[in-house]
Amino acid sequence: MRRRIGLALLTVWLTAFAALFLLPTVLTVTNSFMSTEEISAGYGVVYASAPGSGSGYMAQQVHLKFIPDMVSLRQYAAILLESPEYLLKFWNSVILAVPIVAGQVTVAALAAYGFTVYRGRGRELLFFSYIILMLMPYQVTLVPNYLVAKFLGMLDTRRAVVLPGIFTPFSVFLLTKTMRRIPKEIREAASLDGAGPWRIFTRVYLPQCRSALYSVVILVFIDNWNMVEQVLVLLTDADEQPLSVFLSQINAGEIGLAFAAAAVYMIPPVLLFLHGEGYLVEGIADQGSLKG
Amino acid sequence: MKKPAHDRIGRRARRTSALFLAPSFLGVSLFFFIPFCVVVYYSLVADPISRRFVGLANFQKLLRNAAFLQAGRNTLLFSGIAVPLAVALSLALAVALDRSIPLKSQLRSFFLSPLVVPAASVVLVWQVIFHRSGALNSLIEALGGTGVDWLKSGFSQLVIVALYLWKNLGYDMVLFMAALAAIPKEPLEAAQIDGASPTVIFFRLKLRYLAPTTFFVTIMSLVNSFKAFREIYLLTGDYPFETLYMLQHFMNNTFRALDYQKLSAAAVVMFLAITAVIGLLFWLEGRLGKDLEQ
Repeated sequence: MRRRIGLALLTVWLTAFAALFLLPTVLTVTNSFMSTEEISAGYGVVYASAPGSGSGYMAQQVHLKFIPDMVSLRQYAAILLESPEYLLKFWNSVILAVPIVAGQVTVAALAAYGFTVYRGRGRELLFFSYIILMLMPYQVTLVPNYLVAKFLGMLDTRRAVVLPGIFTPFSVFLLTKTMRRIPKEIREAASLDGAGPWRIFTRVYLPQCRSALYSVVILVFIDNWNMVEQVLVLLTDADEQPLSVFLSQINAGEIGLAFAAAAVYMIPPVLLFLHGEGYLVEGIADQGSLKG
Repeated sequence: MKKPAHDRIGRRARRTSALFLAPSFLGVSLFFFIPFCVVVYYSLVADPISRRFVGLANFQKLLRNAAFLQAGRNTLLFSGIAVPLAVALSLALAVALDRSIPLKSQLRSFFLSPLVVPAASVVLVWQVIFHRSGALNSLIEALGGTGVDWLKSGFSQLVIVALYLWKNLGYDMVLFMAALAAIPKEPLEAAQIDGASPTVIFFRLKLRYLAPTTFFVTIMSLVNSFKAFREIYLLTGDYPFETLYMLQHFMNNTFRALDYQKLSAAAVVMFLAITAVIGLLFWLEGRLGKDLEQ
């Protein structure tokens, strides 16, 4: 009986805590359906640069509201039809993040197979240096990236962000761990049947790594959809910057729009998450430790 | 007769390995390894044009730079608070969810969800909550307390720690949940039969099996703690309150001034500091993990 009560209390407590985790996301979505007047009445005080700069009623304190007084699609209409800059920045995010994900996963899958079929001392040393590189923050890696971009004359172009992104070794690490867990005998049997390395890689290894591949795609996409540091240093041209940086520069007149833009911005990663949560959880769980 | 055939297979595997590794190796060398060597070189010369070797002078200058020291202290303080909290809380969550609780998988999804929400999307809500006249202060004042300016006071680091935990606890928790599920059952059952209490079993047995994962979670939390700059930047811009001035801010400002010597020396110092911390963690794991692998 005491056990049951304890478990019930734990459940209640955990549910409340989990609700707290969901709250900011839910608030963003519900607020995106509010009218401009409702938003500026509720939150205007936060965004007003000077006292009295907003028009209409403005509360002195913020009133957090979950449910709009009246559901309005006005903000969505505005960002999708009237203010092209939001869609443009959204598109900027797409053409930065998608090539990085596609490139990084392709290069990494090849490299992971390379680290799996042969494990000499040199390979292990290289794998170890990949791990060290993977653990380095942008504060360290942006300096070499900047030097190369400058040397190749591609500073302030998308390539300056995309190319280093493709060769970031995070995916190599996760995929190598997964491929090394596939029994060697499978490879040897396929080889005896006359399959070449490329065939073994595409027909045996890639299908076996499906959940790791999917979780790498999600994790790399999330990270790059969210990019801030690289943009500030390598892509300072405001026209080419992604929505992740632009959303913070919203001025007081446009907070209503910003909520709708923020909600739209969540859609791609959230869809990926809902579609492949199982793979993602499995992929994270597979990381386990740093040993190969 | 057997050995040459074996050699041939080994050689072929080696060639296959080299071919598959080539694209990644070339890219990583071009964008990271080689330019990092240039960074080390730049950190040791007076300027890129005269190339006069000055030894450690750039480092001495950097370590006397007030902005660098401030940023270093703030970053160290932040990671020092955030990382242990993340490890302890995510372990607690994983243990709680390890029991037979209703809605277990839904709860896991809720805790994991902040991971996929872009920082830029929720930053609006954070502003509304933590502003001087924001929702949190409204609540505090309604309860009879006095509000503080959360993002422009000594409390600002706490706010960022909270945002960091919000984003990262789910990921760490999933890592711990997998490790808990992988603990072999026999030793636990044996201990139970011997009459050991759940607390004793947890601290004496389970924690030992969790050692490698704890090590991994610590390292990943540390790596992710450097990304808290995103939230700080999106919330407070280029010039935040002084306790939120992080190493990334320092680097951004130095990039703007194009001071290669300072940038290079700072990158090398951070590289060494992080390598030292990771090395220490590796060493700790080796010592703690030893008694398990008999």
